Amino acid sequence: MDQIDNALTQPEAMISLRNLRVSYGDSEILHGINFDVMPGETLVILGGSGSGKSTLLRTLVGLERPSSGEIWLKGKNIAAISSDEMNAIRKKIGMSFQGGALFGSMTVGENVALPLREHTKLEETTIEIILRLKLDQVGLAGFENYMPSQLSGGMKKRAAVARALAMDPEILFFDEPSAGLDPIIAAGVDQLILELKQAFHMTIIVVTHELASAFLIADRMVLIDKGNVVAIGSTEEMRSSTHPRVRQFLDRIAEPEVSQELDYLQMLTEEYRRPGR
Amino acid sequence: MQIAARHLDKVTIFDISGDIDLATSPQLRKALLREFRELKTPRVVLNLGAVRYIDSSGVASLVEGLKASREVRSRLILFGLNKTVREVLQLSRLVKIFEIYEDEAQSVAS
Repeated sequence: MDQIDNALTQPEAMISLRNLRVSYGDSEILHGINFDVMPGETLVILGGSGSGKSTLLRTLVGLERPSSGEIWLKGKNIAAISSDEMNAIRKKIGMSFQGGALFGSMTVGENVALPLREHTKLEETTIEIILRLKLDQVGLAGFENYMPSQLSGGMKKRAAVARALAMDPEILFFDEPSAGLDPIIAAGVDQLILELKQAFHMTIIVVTHELASAFLIADRMVLIDKGNVVAIGSTEEMRSSTHPRVRQFLDRIAEPEVSQELDYLQMLTEEYRRPGR
Repeated sequence: MQIAARHLDKVTIFDISGDIDLATSPQLRKALLREFRELKTPRVVLNLGAVRYIDSSGVASLVEGLKASREVRSRLILFGLNKTVREVLQLSRLVKIFEIYEDEAQSVAS
């Protein structure tokens, strides 16, 4: 397992977290997180429901402010910069959130072009070529005039990735990339992440609770539990770890996420409507 | 990014240096479109030997330039691509679409 020096950041690291704490009101969610992500590395953040992994991701992309600690992104501590500086850094990062989060009222092409129209002064003809290049890169060439509602779940995810790639980010964040997808489509999304990593040498951070996917795409993994880093290491190190919490997490039978349990409960208990009534 | 133009007989050579990115690609686009649409230059050669990096907006600008060249039956030729630039064009599946040569002599003569 990696030894982390709490005091020093690695100068060559793309992202360094030092004693990162995040609270919602009185309740602290992350209790002093430390790790580094190196350029070109795919780091998977693993954790169960309520572990704090999604809060960690939201904090890394600047959507939550830490209560204390440091987040070094490309040599800048984003925990202590102005919103203008943060906006400049956001142009260097791409985000693909759960559910795709495409705008339903816009075509696929307009969705992909949105960051370019919002953040650049490029000519419309240039933007249209870029959006087609990005759709081609995710296997959606020719879909620019479709509405998101006309796409399958896997295609929506790909379109969202194309939008995340629009500004040529150096760091790409994925929140539960395979959530809500059937296993074959989910494997396709894993494959896309691997292709992006190989082709663009991008630094990729993926938050997931899907172990098969995590072991396929990760260079290294971090296991978060109750707001603490329990373990960090390569996939081999994780697999052979004897740490009880790591074993418990890796050996578990896939436990459904809370939202899925609620969906299941809803499905079981919702009012039955007989045909014709 | 810097662009310096040289003119040989019916050929314009742009020596480009630095990064072709969001901030600079509009300048390259404008130069290419002017060369083809206004000046109707039969052959424009881009010396990319001193270009360190090209982003998607740079690639898109080259694509626009290529399209403009075809519309007036001119040629856009690239040479001196470093590994990074060549890789970006390869990933965009554009290496075979552009005319790419090893050096200036070939680019001007072929």
